[in-house]
Amino acid sequence: MEILACIKRVPITGSQLMLTPDHMSLQTDNMGYGISPHEENAVEAGVQLTEQIGGQLTLLTLGPTDAEEQLRASLAVGAARAILLETDGNDWDPQATASALVEAIKAEPTKFDMIIFGAESADSAGYQIHIRVAHALGMPIITNVKAMKVEGGKVRGERVVGNQREVYEAPLPAIITVRDGLNVPRYPSVPGRMQARKKPVDIKSAGGSAPKLEKLKLTVVPSKATGAEILGSGPDAVPALVEKFKQIGVL
Amino acid sequence: MILVLVDHDRGVLDPLSTRALTAARGIDAEVQAVVIGAAGAAVAAEVGKFGAKVLHVVNNAEITDYAPMASGRALVDLVDSLKPAAVIAAGSPRGNEQLAHLAAFKDLPMAAECTSITLGSPHKVVRARWAGNLLEDANVHSDLLIASVMALAFEPEEVGGSAEIKEFSATLSPQDTVVKVIDRVGDSDKGGVTLTDAKVIVSGGRGVGGPEGFGVIEELASLLGGAVGCSRVVTASGWRPHSEQVGQTGSKVAPNLYLACGISGAMQHIAGMKNSKTIVAINTDPEATIFRYADYGIVGDLHQVLPKLIEAVKSAKGN
Repeated sequence: MEILACIKRVPITGSQLMLTPDHMSLQTDNMGYGISPHEENAVEAGVQLTEQIGGQLTLLTLGPTDAEEQLRASLAVGAARAILLETDGNDWDPQATASALVEAIKAEPTKFDMIIFGAESADSAGYQIHIRVAHALGMPIITNVKAMKVEGGKVRGERVVGNQREVYEAPLPAIITVRDGLNVPRYPSVPGRMQARKKPVDIKSAGGSAPKLEKLKLTVVPSKATGAEILGSGPDAVPALVEKFKQIGVL
Repeated sequence: MILVLVDHDRGVLDPLSTRALTAARGIDAEVQAVVIGAAGAAVAAEVGKFGAKVLHVVNNAEITDYAPMASGRALVDLVDSLKPAAVIAAGSPRGNEQLAHLAAFKDLPMAAECTSITLGSPHKVVRARWAGNLLEDANVHSDLLIASVMALAFEPEEVGGSAEIKEFSATLSPQDTVVKVIDRVGDSDKGGVTLTDAKVIVSGGRGVGGPEGFGVIEELASLLGGAVGCSRVVTASGWRPHSEQVGQTGSKVAPNLYLACGISGAMQHIAGMKNSKTIVAINTDPEATIFRYADYGIVGDLHQVLPKLIEAVKSAKGN
């Protein structure tokens, strides 16, 4: 089975976000980078499928030259090869990103049986690239999958809604987007890291287009300016809290 | 006119849709709603109360249950016929997904999780990024605006009124209904309060110390008629099931009371609960980030505070 996982390099943020002076991006000077949380599950799902069924996992990303670091990290947990669509590092809008991914997938001699995305990116959360890719490639898509099974040329995916799980099915080739909780992403082993250095990363340049969803500026959402009213320390503060419970009507 | 896509589960309106209708009324006085599937006609009275003058019911027999691509196709047909200025939905997994199908069919931009929308040329939106920790001002270059709204940022507001039902039949292709809900499994018979519907959530983090420490959290939640939540550390450590995780990669919630116990307040957790009406934090560290987002705080060990709180709640309820 030929699988493609699409991932994105994002900064690993702490508890406070800071912006660059032009308010167009995050101040990332002291930050490490990783991939979006749900995408770790996408890579793990791809590796597990190749272990169970055979075939290989290819990675695809659109980003700056440095995104090779994230590709190598995912190669270290079991992907076979990777494609980097190199940009100047600026954010691309969802339509431009989807077109570039589609073009790269079409140019591949490998025909993928399954394409896996994370359910949302940590940074831009546009909720649409995977669906645009599905439309352009004429593939069915199941989103927000938290349990899955591939059998008899079909993928069965479950999605959590309230206390229930909805079951969906799609014939392969298909696209799925996965959520945290689908699996437990493995850590790379030392031999895995060594092998990853030698695995092929195909770097192609990608040209964008004028954004139709055009970013003008970013603002950090302030926390409540006043902070909490401290009712006290330890169990002695309980009566004051019970009073508050009564005021807000939970008691 | 703004067309609002409202969601339903077998005839029951998704409460987030009332927030989307409220948001739409802030953009334009003329609001109509669309619901996909004949069973959706049952929500007419409710959407009328929240200001929709018309409810278009997409009644194709092929749509037997939720089928997102079919929704997208039906929206294409309806938009071509009604020519609204914008199509809006709640920024829920379903809302975002169906709008993205519409946007992909029409090859138009889509702005997700908007907190503010001003129609124009270009349209101006403010949208949430980084799970709501950053806001982006953006221009949307297209005639038709396709946008989901960050539903928890809009308090649902009833205006009274009723919606006239108009049946609509879309031209679907067989591809459109390939992916649909074919079954539902799981805990529906468990009957407990779900995290996203709970009025009270008692949530535990790393400070709880282990799975057995959740006993007091469960007891308090049940006393208050609420649900148990937890942070990502807790599910990653296997202390609690993933279904209880609150945050960017878990559930996004907005209860009347969110009681955060032993939770430091990582950005990804805050993203999931900061819209709660009242936030109370109990933490041993007075410098913990969670206190910046809380309304009330107790500095102390949850293992000492909660048993005392449980006692006090019991006696208050006894009165």
